[in-house]
Amino acid sequence: MNSSKKVEVLVGALFVMAMLALVFLALNASNFSGLSSSKGYNVTAQFNNIGGLSTKAKVTMSGVTIGRVTNISYNKQAFQAVVTMSIDPKYDYLPEDSQASIYTAGLLGEQYISLEPGAEDASLVEGSNISLTQSAIVLEEIIGKVLVSLTTK
Amino acid sequence: MKSVISFLQNIGVFVIDSMASLGRSVSFLINVLMGFKDVILRPKLLVREIYSVGVLSILIIVFSAIFVGMVVSLLGHTILVDFGGEESLGLLVSLTLVRELAPVIGALLFSGRAGSALTAEIGLMKATEQLASMEMMAVDPIRRIVAPRFFAGFISLPMLTIIFMAVGVYSGYLVGSVGLGVDAGSFWSQIQNKVEFQHDIINGIIKSVVFAFVVTWIAVYQGYNAMPTSEGVSRATTNSVVYSSLAILGLDFVLTAIMFT
Repeated sequence: MNSSKKVEVLVGALFVMAMLALVFLALNASNFSGLSSSKGYNVTAQFNNIGGLSTKAKVTMSGVTIGRVTNISYNKQAFQAVVTMSIDPKYDYLPEDSQASIYTAGLLGEQYISLEPGAEDASLVEGSNISLTQSAIVLEEIIGKVLVSLTTK
Repeated sequence: MKSVISFLQNIGVFVIDSMASLGRSVSFLINVLMGFKDVILRPKLLVREIYSVGVLSILIIVFSAIFVGMVVSLLGHTILVDFGGEESLGLLVSLTLVRELAPVIGALLFSGRAGSALTAEIGLMKATEQLASMEMMAVDPIRRIVAPRFFAGFISLPMLTIIFMAVGVYSGYLVGSVGLGVDAGSFWSQIQNKVEFQHDIINGIIKSVVFAFVVTWIAVYQGYNAMPTSEGVSRATTNSVVYSSLAILGLDFVLTAIMFT
């Protein structure tokens, strides 16, 4: 009886250890805590060129992550890319004329969207459209422009 | 002409044999799975088997997790420091561990530590005619002996894999951050930004569930179908480890191709 109790206790300890390990992985070693931000409000923006932007890219304001890119599609009529981003509801006071730009993190890092606040009183809500945008900077275009300006001198 | 016919005959024998053993093993598996309700009715048997299969394997799992995590961290640091990217060390360690190393090495060790023991135990029971005497007493040995062991292995390996992941990441942190001086904040924040719970960790656990199923299936099947001699038991034990290792590595490629590409 005593040995069977010991066995049961140790098996219980194994379960508890596994659960603790899973909790550790969830809270400390993954983005589990960031999942709740998926129910934010959606805002769209049109860009001429999104470069290498992908879904789940960060949306930042003053460098602070306030949302994620949820969808990227192409508008056939306007010949522009349409980026849908989901913004954390606690940042609900973004001016309507905010500007969205696509930047690169570091020299060769991933691309993200940076919002710069405008001056309007009305704020962005679910379904709003950001009209002031700045496209991604494509390295080849800059090199091409530099080459042209150098050769025409 | 004769050699062609005997060649064809050899192929035919091979195909028929492999089909027959495949069919045997699948019908054996179905019998074992049907034993699930007997396992539910006798949870004590299951607990005892989880103890011998899972609890006793913790030590080897934790030890190898510590060393695997430390080695990955050490090697990753030597490479990343050349590019000035030591901050990504945490991401490197946790992604390699969670996606590949924990499920695969955990399953390989489990097949060596627990799978071989299951095969040898069941094989020896067969060799000493314990299984036959159970059948004499109208006790179905598959339900009474094999099914609890199968479900114990199936439950234990995923838990051991989760422990492997956590211990491995933490030992990687100890070497990388405390030992080699990578900033602890960027170590963890890189992990928390880039490792997705639902994609990376859940898929790693799904991998280990698949491995657990295959490893314990092979182990109990080899034991149950061992030749009832000492040589047969030793061969069955060897086969159990060899076949499970090959199955783990092969399945790992398939699963990785499905999950992470």
